[in-house]
Amino acid sequence: MEILNASLVDWSRAQFALTAAYHWLFVPLTLGLGIIMSVMETLYVRTGKEEWKRAAKFWMTLFGVNFAIGVATGLILEFEFGTNWSNYSWFVGDIFGAPLAIEGVLAFFMEATFISIMFFGWKRVSKKFHLTSTWLTVLGATISSLWILVANAWMQYPAGSAFNAATARAEMTDFWSVLFSPVAMNKFFHTVISAWVLGSIFVIGVSSWFLLRKRQTDFALKSIKIAAIFGLGSSILLLTTGHGSAYHVAQRQPMKLAVMEGLYDGQKKADLLAIGILKSGKTYNDGSDPFVFKIPVPIPGLLSWMGHDDCDAFVPGIRDIIEGGYTQNDGTEALSFVEKQSRGKQSIRALADYRTATEEDAKKEAETRLLKDYAYFGYGYVEKAEDMIPNVPLVFYSFHIMVILGGYFIVLFIVVLAYRKKFENIRWLQRVALWSIPLAYIAGQAGWVVAEVGRQPWAIQDVLPVNAAVSDISAGSVQLTFFIFLALFTTLLVAEIRIMTRQIKKGPEAETV
Amino acid sequence: MKVLQNLFTFYRDGMKNMTVGKTLWVLVLIKLFVMFVILKIFFFPDLLNTHFDDDASRADYVQQQLIEKSK
Repeated sequence: MEILNASLVDWSRAQFALTAAYHWLFVPLTLGLGIIMSVMETLYVRTGKEEWKRAAKFWMTLFGVNFAIGVATGLILEFEFGTNWSNYSWFVGDIFGAPLAIEGVLAFFMEATFISIMFFGWKRVSKKFHLTSTWLTVLGATISSLWILVANAWMQYPAGSAFNAATARAEMTDFWSVLFSPVAMNKFFHTVISAWVLGSIFVIGVSSWFLLRKRQTDFALKSIKIAAIFGLGSSILLLTTGHGSAYHVAQRQPMKLAVMEGLYDGQKKADLLAIGILKSGKTYNDGSDPFVFKIPVPIPGLLSWMGHDDCDAFVPGIRDIIEGGYTQNDGTEALSFVEKQSRGKQSIRALADYRTATEEDAKKEAETRLLKDYAYFGYGYVEKAEDMIPNVPLVFYSFHIMVILGGYFIVLFIVVLAYRKKFENIRWLQRVALWSIPLAYIAGQAGWVVAEVGRQPWAIQDVLPVNAAVSDISAGSVQLTFFIFLALFTTLLVAEIRIMTRQIKKGPEAETV
Repeated sequence: MKVLQNLFTFYRDGMKNMTVGKTLWVLVLIKLFVMFVILKIFFFPDLLNTHFDDDASRADYVQQQLIEKSK
């Protein structure tokens, strides 16, 4: 039975990860390319130069292909909530209802309305109205992502809510705390800005392809200039939101930070690793060095600074978080896993007492006990300390791949800008730019792996682990739909790549849409 | 009425003049059919909505699940 359950949780997680990963192939290009084509159209309206209109229309066509193929792929995640994650779905229903409804009604309809003016309205509406529609399409897509990311951030940091024992769900107590939680805001900006970087890399890469073919040189160089400036600015902003992410993770999900760095034993003045190779077979309390080799970034205490804004701060390792006993930022002593597990079990027991109580006073008393230890409610479902540790190699390597690629993109943007006057003749750099397109996607996917695998075993941080969130269904049905999705999404991806490649080959001279 | 007529003409002409857009529309419609008619109906029922008639029963079931899954 345990194997079946483990398999059910694993397959449900795999299916959700597959859907989210494919969905995230489409979304960032919509957000990133959207800004770049809007800037180009703005230049057209301001200067009246037809070349900017041609450029804007070309990138808009690729935006359209990506938008059409990707649209509604995120809705499948909502199907999965209702079928595979019904306990979770009920538990968060009151919190997610508002953001997802706003996303559906306001943002989606905003996109849907203005995108048609953007594509059909070139000769039908004024230049300024068309430009406004283009910007509003991109704004709609961005606002759409805001609500999804707010929902995701709430799972990492469940602010603005309280548990109601009678309804067995977390209920929203403060909408603004949910929307403007520091985790949600940082997540929104970090994610959207990473999409801007991807859009920039895409434009530079595709433009480089034209240069390699010695076609559309003027168009390509102009596109590269816009994208490189926008990309460099976005990358620098991404550094600041990246620091914000590390800070919030350190404050609210210390296990995730420890796993991101392969840090088993906590340190003061902890260094950030540049690269490292993990040993296999490491257990959290064997005291051995977890690395075959490692190279730290040569800035002492960088990890401490990232997590705590203090180069001398103590960063707890995996072992510290499980064994407790260290002083937390708020001055309190961290509880051990065993203590948290015990409190979680007490809280769940109180829920059971609440359920069986018939007298109002007994219900109230049980509810008081439940809420007293509610902060540890989810620990009552975790069997052993090892289950608290996410997949260390996957999170560690994903984090470092993301960071290394982020650094690489900054260098690429700088080099492209520095050599922009000679760029037309530097073929190796054009090839590097072209082959950087998949790297931008890898960086984005790696970022989501860190965020989502790094918070395991939690569906909702500290409150609901995945084994309690999952539905009572057969693993077989989830396996079947996993492969259906794999086929469906792969077909869509192949279609997108084929149509997009065809459009790129036609070039900006073709009348498109 | 004039506004509605203009709106209709706007979309009709837009659709008529599409090139790659026509292929995309076909893809979008196939995708939506697969998602909402095949997947949603046959593979992804909303468990709680299917098995229970009201929120009180759904809450009762999830409460029970939360207790039992800890054992």
